[in-house]
Amino acid sequence: MELLVASAIGMMTAVGVYLVLNQRTFPVIVGLTLLSYAVNVFLFSSGRLAVDRPPIITGADAYTDPLPQALVLTAIVISFGMTALIVVLALRGFLETETDTADILTEDLAPEGEADKTAGAP
Amino acid sequence: MTSWIIAPAILPAMTAALLILVWRRDIQMQRIVSVVATLALLGVAVFLYHLASDGEVHVYRLGAWPAPYGIVLVLDRLSATMVLLTAVLALAVLAYAVAGWDKRGRHFHALFQFQLLGLNGAFLTGDIFNLFVFFEVMLIASYGLMLHGGGARRLRAGFQYVAINIVASALFLIAIGLIYGVTGTLNMADLAVKVPQVAAGDQALLKTGALLLLLVFAIKAAFVPLHWWLPATYVAASAPVAALFAIMTKVGAYAIIRVYGTIFGADAGALADMAAPWILPAALLTLFVGAMGILASRSLLDLASFSIIASMGTLLIAVGLFDVDALTTALYYLVHSTLASAALFLLVDLVSERRGQTLDALVPANPISQSPLLGALFLLTALAVIGLPPLSGFIGKLMILNATYEAPQAWLIWTLVLGASLTMTIAFARAGSIVFWETEGPTTGSTWANARVEPMVVIAVLVCATAVLAVFAGPTVEALHATAEQALDPAGYIDAVLGGGQATAETPGG
Repeated sequence: MELLVASAIGMMTAVGVYLVLNQRTFPVIVGLTLLSYAVNVFLFSSGRLAVDRPPIITGADAYTDPLPQALVLTAIVISFGMTALIVVLALRGFLETETDTADILTEDLAPEGEADKTAGAP
Repeated sequence: MTSWIIAPAILPAMTAALLILVWRRDIQMQRIVSVVATLALLGVAVFLYHLASDGEVHVYRLGAWPAPYGIVLVLDRLSATMVLLTAVLALAVLAYAVAGWDKRGRHFHALFQFQLLGLNGAFLTGDIFNLFVFFEVMLIASYGLMLHGGGARRLRAGFQYVAINIVASALFLIAIGLIYGVTGTLNMADLAVKVPQVAAGDQALLKTGALLLLLVFAIKAAFVPLHWWLPATYVAASAPVAALFAIMTKVGAYAIIRVYGTIFGADAGALADMAAPWILPAALLTLFVGAMGILASRSLLDLASFSIIASMGTLLIAVGLFDVDALTTALYYLVHSTLASAALFLLVDLVSERRGQTLDALVPANPISQSPLLGALFLLTALAVIGLPPLSGFIGKLMILNATYEAPQAWLIWTLVLGASLTMTIAFARAGSIVFWETEGPTTGSTWANARVEPMVVIAVLVCATAVLAVFAGPTVEALHATAEQALDPAGYIDAVLGGGQATAETPGG
């Protein structure tokens, strides 16, 4: 199970990082979502992996750590909110400018130029 | 008495909720409520500063849960100083914004109050995961504020800003997971106790977590090479928002002082002082890039943004030494640079709104109205930002040079700090001459009859604050010296939070 969880985290992080480096907003958002999934599973595993144990001290001698589960819940809520926000941002940006690039375009910048900040802009 | 510690978080939260629920359409009522709430916040902050100035560490336990299990808010001199600074800056920025900026988008005041909630919470919390949560509150509000005013350019810069912060949050959570997996606790005081006891086999894992955390704070504090989001964001944001953001980078600096001074400080056994070898080189590089950026600026807003980066570099040089004298100067410079940068951003806004189409570009244009007054304010603000006498920037830089005199890298620090001051002087002198002197044609901008006076008063007050900081440098430094001593001595902190006997309390799981 350790191998499965570890490789799942690794895969999601790798794909997430690859997509975040993309130039268009949609893949970036998918990448950020994958990154947050990887982080959630990682946080969950920081309380050690255990099967069939209640996350509460009931008197039974075997229990699993409840805190990471609470942390993951918080992290899920926050990353969900952030994803919703960035989707709206990307959509508004697309509708207002009709391009899907994540770069800051040269004409966006006052005054003219600032080419160093927009390296790679189309 | 200790229940007041939660007031800086509760008060803005309630105010923001009220503003949205009750007065969402009434801008006049929003302004009144927001200003009154911020004044009250300032009152609370002064009271808390007074409370903390007895040298004790005060703890507020949420839900009265005992320390490593429940979340605690901790008030010591450092957090009280930061909360007071936030309140002062917030009041100044708000006074500027109510002169008109707050009407250019919706819910400015509610977002502003939420931002204060996040800032104050981050300064007061004594738990790393809670620090993450308050960071997110602060960031969500800052996304809204950054987009205040709208427009395609803000949207695109906003997308980058949000994206880099989501990545930083992911790193923050990974670091938290690593630290929790090794130590079994997230309470800062408990961590300070547990970190030296970590088994040798787990130290590498813990170090990885701690350095990832440093990376997160470095993104917030705009360390080179993680600073690229800052100029893009601050240039695109509206002026009062950029001025308020002057304290956002300082949150990163505060978190570094707190985490690497208290938890991974001198007493942390094998992991003692592990951030220091990373911070100093990064700080020197930050100062260098900041100074170069200032010199290369083609607009006033770029000038202001890169001067924030340069000031973070100067500040972090002193933080990176992690001794009491250096930290004292770092805190002094932190207070100074927050006020000075805020004044600069507000002043740039006043100048560019008078220049019509030219805005803040550094090209010759029409002369602007009230240019003697604005020019004088620009001169004073520039003196403060560059660090020339007689304002507090000079004293701050002098103290940093003095504190680093015996450091092994003193020659490099001195060269860079002095060189950066010279570069900044040239750049500011050039910018000022172009904007105020290289002018022709008719005067543009609002005349005295219809110009708002409040914005100029706010800037003047901020500049005066740096002058006051310079005049009362003696008592200020004395207070900050005690602050630095307390921040670098975790014993009192641990004692107050864990109450002595509970220090070795068992944590569940494992």
